[in-house]
Formats: sequence, C-alpha cells, structure tokens
Amino acid sequence: MNFKMIFHTIGQVLIVLSAMLLLPLIVSLIYVEWMSVIAFSVTAVSSFAVGMLLSALSATKRSAIYAREGLIIVSLAWIVVSLVGSVPFVISGDIPSFTDAFFETVSGFTTTGATILTDVEHLTHGMLFWRSFTHWIGGMGVLVFAVAIVSRTPDRSMHILKAEMPGPIVDKLVPRAKDTAKILYIIYIGLTVLLMILLLCGGMPFFDSVVHAFGTAGTGGFGIKNNSIAGYNHYLQWVIAIFMMLFGVNFNVYYLILIKKFKTAFGSRELWIYIATIVACTALICVNMYSSFSNIADLIRASFFSVSSVMTTTGFTIADFTQWGHLSKTILIILMFVGGCAGSTAGGLKLTRVIILIKKMGNELKRIIHPRAATIVKFEGKRVDDDTLHGVSTYLAIYIVSFAIILFIISFEQSFSFEANFTAVASCFNNIGPIFDNAAGGGTFVNYSVFSKLLLSFSMLLGRLEIYPLLLTIVPYTWMKNK
Amino acid sequence: MNIIVVGCGKIGRTIISSLVNENHDVLAIDENPEKIREVTNLYDVMGIVGSGTSYEKLTDAEAGKADLFIAVTNSDEINMLSCFAAKRMGAKNTVARIRDAENNGAISLEFMKNLLDISMAINPELMTANAIYNLLKLPSATKVETFSSHRFEMIELNLKEGSPLDGMTIVDLRKTSNEKFLICTVSRGDEVYVPQGNFKLKSGDKIGVIASGRNTQKILKTLGIVHKQVHDAMIMGAGKTSYYLAKMLLESHIAVKVVEINNEKCEEFCESFPSAQVICGNCMDQDLLIEEGINTTDAFVSLTGHDEENILISFYAMSQNNDKVIAKVNGEELSSIAEKLGLDSIVSPKMLIADSLVQYARALENSEGSKVETLYRLMNGRVEALEFNVLPDFEFIDVPVRDMHIRKDIIIAGIVRGTDTIIPSGADVIKAHDKVIVIAKGEKIYDLSSILNH
Repeated sequence: MNFKMIFHTIGQVLIVLSAMLLLPLIVSLIYVEWMSVIAFSVTAVSSFAVGMLLSALSATKRSAIYAREGLIIVSLAWIVVSLVGSVPFVISGDIPSFTDAFFETVSGFTTTGATILTDVEHLTHGMLFWRSFTHWIGGMGVLVFAVAIVSRTPDRSMHILKAEMPGPIVDKLVPRAKDTAKILYIIYIGLTVLLMILLLCGGMPFFDSVVHAFGTAGTGGFGIKNNSIAGYNHYLQWVIAIFMMLFGVNFNVYYLILIKKFKTAFGSRELWIYIATIVACTALICVNMYSSFSNIADLIRASFFSVSSVMTTTGFTIADFTQWGHLSKTILIILMFVGGCAGSTAGGLKLTRVIILIKKMGNELKRIIHPRAATIVKFEGKRVDDDTLHGVSTYLAIYIVSFAIILFIISFEQSFSFEANFTAVASCFNNIGPIFDNAAGGGTFVNYSVFSKLLLSFSMLLGRLEIYPLLLTIVPYTWMKNK
Repeated sequence: MNIIVVGCGKIGRTIISSLVNENHDVLAIDENPEKIREVTNLYDVMGIVGSGTSYEKLTDAEAGKADLFIAVTNSDEINMLSCFAAKRMGAKNTVARIRDAENNGAISLEFMKNLLDISMAINPELMTANAIYNLLKLPSATKVETFSSHRFEMIELNLKEGSPLDGMTIVDLRKTSNEKFLICTVSRGDEVYVPQGNFKLKSGDKIGVIASGRNTQKILKTLGIVHKQVHDAMIMGAGKTSYYLAKMLLESHIAVKVVEINNEKCEEFCESFPSAQVICGNCMDQDLLIEEGINTTDAFVSLTGHDEENILISFYAMSQNNDKVIAKVNGEELSSIAEKLGLDSIVSPKMLIADSLVQYARALENSEGSKVETLYRLMNGRVEALEFNVLPDFEFIDVPVRDMHIRKDIIIAGIVRGTDTIIPSGADVIKAHDKVIVIAKGEKIYDLSSILNH
C-alpha cells in the first residue's frame, strides 16, 4: 500500500478545496457578511496550510498507485472534503451543530440536496452560495478535478477516475484520462453557463440564477427558498425542468454532438429509453392526477417537473407531491431507484445498469426453457462482456443489501412512519433529497437523531461513490499488509 | 502525437508503455477484449476491441488523423494490410512488424515497403540477433550499442573484483592510454552517474565506455580487459532469432551448434544452414549439453521461447565455466532478477523494439530541428544515449564544447565528421552536418538545443 501517495493526493485535494473556498469568500465580501468572510477565510487558509503540509511531508518518488489505493483515495478525499466543507457553517454560526453542518455538506457534495434547515432563507448569501457550489463540484467529481486537471502527475489517475465516475463502464472520450476529464468539465461548464443565461432571461435575479444553475447542473437540489422552485414563474420552472433532464443524460452524447457525430450521438439506446421513460411516467402521473388540477398546463408542468427532478435525482420541487395519489408516488419512488444515465451527474442505480439487468433477466429466463441456449447481452450495438455483466448483477445485490441494512437501522427511530423512513433512506442513498412525509420535519431531516444523521450522511456518500470505494475502505481486509 | 498501436501482445504492450511515458496520445486496438482491458487498466490509453484491418474500427480509431500507426500483431500479413489501410485513410507514418524470413529478404522487404508505403518495418528477431552478434564480437562487454553504423560503439563493462581500473579516476585513465575513449556512465548499486574527471572507479561498477568502433578491441586491451575471440557458439532453440543469428555468425566464420527439441524445426534449420551443426534434443537435458560440449564452447546463447528456461540454462552454462553466456529474456522483472544473480548479458527483444519506436516517434515530433537518429536507453532506462544530425542552423556551430553551457548530467560523448570520429575535449567544436552523440541522465532529450542551458 502506497500510503505516501494517498496522503499526497489528499493534500492536493485540500489545496484545491481551499482555492474553491475563495469563491464563496468573494460572494460574502460582496454582500458584506463579515461572519461568513471570517468563516471562509479561516477555513481556506487552514485547509491550504494542512494541504501543503500533507503533500510536502508525503512527497515520494514512488507514484504508482493501484486499484486499492485509488479506492481509498477516493473515499478518504470525499470524507475529508465534507469535513472541511462543513467548517464554515459552524464558524459563522449559521448551522451551529457540527453534525448538522456535516450532514448538509455531505448532502451538498454528493448532490443529494437533503437538508436539515427548516428556514433556508435565513442563511447568508455566502453560505447559500457555498451550499450550492458544493453541488456543482460534487456533480462531476472532486478528484476528477483535483487529480486529472490540476495535478501534473497523472500516470495512473485512471484508477481514481474509475472509482469516482458513476456508471458500470467508464468510457474514455480521448486517449488520455486528463484530456477526457477536461472535455467533460468543458461540457459541464458550458451547459451550466447556458442555463444561467436562460434563467437570467426569465427574470430570475443574478444570485438566484447562479445558485440554481449549480444545483441543477450537479443534479443536487439545494434551493434558496423555503418552497424550492415553486415561487418562480412558469418559464423558469420549465427551463429548470428541461435542464435537469439534460444533466441526467450521458455526457458522452454531448461530446459526440460537439465533434459532429450526430448519428452515433442520437443512436444511443440509453438516451431514447431515458426520454421514453420520462415521457411515459409524466403521462401516467398526468392521468392519475387529472382531477386534482384545474388547469392542464399546470398539470403537465408539475408532473414533468417532478418526474425530471426525481429521475435525475435532483430533488427540486414545485408541487408538494407528498399529497399526490398513490400511483404517482409509487412511480416517483421507482424512478428514485432507477436514476439517470451512466456518465451523467445523476445518482441512483443508473439506467444503463437497469437496461443491462433486464436484458440479462430475459436471457436467464430463456435459458430455463433452452438450457443449452447460447446467450449474450448486447447494448449500444456492442456486446456486454461477462465481467461487466457480473459486475452489474453484483452491484445490484450489494445495493439492495446496503439499502436494507440502512433502512433497518434507521427504523429504530420510533417516531416516524415507515413511509418517512423508507423515503428518507431512498432519498439519501440515491442522492435525491426530499422526504415524502412532512411529519419528519416539513420535507427536511431536522428531527432525525444525531446518529441517524451520520448514518444518512454515510449512505449519501455510499450512493454517490457507488458503494465499493467506501465499503472497501471500512473493511479491514483492504488495509491488511499481507492481503 | 496521436499514435495507434494494433496488437497488444508482449511487444505491443511494451511499445504502448514506452510511448505513454513519452506523453503521446495512444490508442490500442486488439481483437481480444481481455488484452484491451489489461492495457487500458495499466496505462492511460484508449482501447478498441476489433481487427486492425477492419475499415469500421480504423474509422472509429480515427486512423486518418494518426501521426503514427504501428501494427505489431503476430501476423505479418495483418500488419502489412492494416498499415496499408491506415496509410490510405490518411495516417502520416506507418510501422509494421515484419518478421518472417521469407518477407525479410532485402529485395522482398524493399518491394513490400514501397508497394504498401510503409515508413518503417521492424523485426524484433532480427534486431535481437543483431544485438547478440555485436556482443559475441566483443565478448567481454555486457552490452554493445552502435552509432552511425559502427563508427562509434558504446560498450558496457562490469568491473570485476581486482580489475586494474579499481581506484582510478577518469583523469588518471586518460593518461594511461593513447587511445581515445570516454567513460560516460557508471552505475553503482542503485545509483547511476555521468562521471566528471575526478570520479573514482570501484570494482563492482558497471561502466559505459564510448569509443570509435575500430578501436574498441585495442582499448579493451589497454584497459586490461582481455578477451579471446569467439570461434564457436552454441545456440539453444531454432526459432526466428536463431535463424538470423546463425546466418550472421556463419557469414563471419564462427561455428554454430544449435540444440532444438522439435524435429521439424531441426530439419528446416539444416536445410537453411547445411554448415551448421543441428542437434535434435531437449535444451534442459544437462547430459546432452555436456556431451555436445557446453564446457568447451566459446559462447553460449539461450534463445528458447521461455524466459525462465533461458535463465536456468544460462546459469547452468555459467556454472560450466563458459566464457560468454547470453540469454534472451523478455520479462523486465525476470531480467533484473537474473542480472542481480550474476547473469550479465541479457537481451530483451521487447525493449529493443520499444527503443527503436521511441526514437522514431521523437524524430517525427521534432522534424524541424536536429533530428534524433539513434536512441538507446541504458541502465534500466535511466540514461539515454542519443545521436543527432546537426543542421546548419544549430546556434553553437564552431563554438568550443566548453563554452556551450551544457546542462548538468549531460555530456557530448562523440562527434562523427565524415569518416572521422572525434571524442571531444573542451576545445573541440561542432560543425554543420556532424553527427553528435549525447549522453543524458534522467531526462528526455528531443532535440540538440535542449541539452544547453538557456
């Protein structure tokens, strides 16, 4: 195990993080919020100092890292970043409890959007900006940025990228990991800026546009209003709904469009199944909720917005879907688990995995009737190799087991209904955000115990990093020298 | 540069690894998904599963935009065809591995290269045979690299216990001999040095000496390193490398004895070289080897298809007091272990190929300035020896070497002017159209002006 390289990379991540903290610092200065200025500058300076110290102390010539180090680096980096990121909330006094601040930051970085704040509007601008900015960084990946783009020694960064990028198959767009990461970030920044401009055109104030663009791009879901997006006009709601959907698409599609390979881009099966799912679910909810809305335009907007928000695991809301019919709620809960496309910023199981699993199930059924049948799974015109198939099936198993265990532990919270607990875990584990039951605290997690908050933070990290890195980090086996 | 490598076998992977180290954008193509996965896991490259001759795959790989297209699959035909296809699609340079003896006759090779517009044909077996042949010509060296077609030779020597060079400084050495030579690298333990004048040699060091090709024999003698000429050689295995090696040895009147287990191969070999002695038997059979004179032969070369076998037989040959033992070992880990255990002449076909492609890629990249003509990576890749062709626009023409401000750990080790060879001292100058040999430690040199302090 190359400990030096692990600490070196963590140090670099801290340095990058301190640079990122400068943005909310500037925002606080603009709005003359002195407490936040102090909070951000203290955190940035100490993060920078610790980072420099760590990377200097652990400077080593042996820069080779393997799968094991890659996984550990990723999970440690995410935990460290969340710990440091929560410090400003505590120092400024906006969220005095450290557990709450940690929950909020993890929720930010993992692009969950689950909150413990019952009154968001009370927060300073600097803090609101930082909360949403964590979404934006976490969406594409903290390490993708720190290692692939900033660091100059990328020799085996692929192990880190693989551990951090969501989806069963990590495709490179160009030969080098570094260039791939750059292209992804350029697309990401481009789409975010486009969204900001469209929001500004719709009359949203500048600060609000920036913050909501971050929340949408990372498919996070932190708003700055207590009623999320509901207070904005219809045009803005439509723009956000459509962009949530766009950020749930595999970024490879955008790259293919950029290099003018339209045929390949629009030939993606995943893309069409994704769009078809959104359309079908919107239609079903429309039928189900037909009687509760007076106006068809409102009905379609509310249904589409909710489907898009839940499937991409963003978690913005414009209507209180806890009051909706059972069919609609069930559809939304199923969508929570499905999630967006692989290679997007969305969470959940990922559509690719679901498609591969369904195809594989079909094959297995066929083999019961024809035990000697030769079967393969084809996806996007290519054969899915056996390792990936095994990987996907195993992932589903681990996913279900982890979910069940977390739900079981959370159920010790006697005071909440089954629906509240179930949706709380589903929401955190799949990085969505809101709970479906108001009893627990108006859609927030404020009334959960300290232990539950920590467990839910852990499950958010599990969901964002796709279980393996974090799981392997806490298993002693990984750390044993002779294994 | 954009480089496409077709075929990810032993050779392909070494090439990919070297080119990635040189900071090129590499795309690998192989029919075996397993191999592609391995390569993409190990190196920062993109992989495509499929045949290198398929138009579809080549389009996917954007072969038309490639600066360098390298085909090193097991089959000559596939290599030639995919290079041809890539060239037609617009690839700038193509390199094919062509290794069958039938394809390697000078005329037939030229014909194919011209017909298919292949920029370079590489033949690992031929290169290996060449390297071994050079070693057999200078048996006391552990490695021989040649520059400007043998004008300069760089030989690596192990200073054995009680060597007359023990305790001498580089300056002392200069005084003892009238012959011109230069000690340009010394490896001691895990460290590698580019020695200055007051550097003291010790027994156990491995030194790299550069000298004019005509004088190496004499210099070795003055250095007190005696060696006898090789008159006969025993070769294990009758593969392609053995074929090329036997051809060269027989041409310079060295007797060849080949041991090979496969009857058919033995007969084929007999057919090609009636004057060679071919023994059909197991190379691992010690009695047979003794019977065939392992302890009297001047040189022993182990060229079977298995690294492990080569290493074991070589150690056995060394235990039989054999003067010169050479083993072909492809695996890097194995060869470094064997080297530590005392097997000093190891030839790795993989590395030879990788070196020649790195050299080719560097020359392409720097087609403007003074081009890299030859490149060798020495001392486990920590030192590079390069040969440059000096163009008239080089900024330090006719400036004495001592005034050129050459950077630390870099030396100019030799100058070839026409047919003359010069081991430069501080007063010598570089002229246009000279060939210059540069030794550099710890960095990659792309063109001649980058050796200077600016």
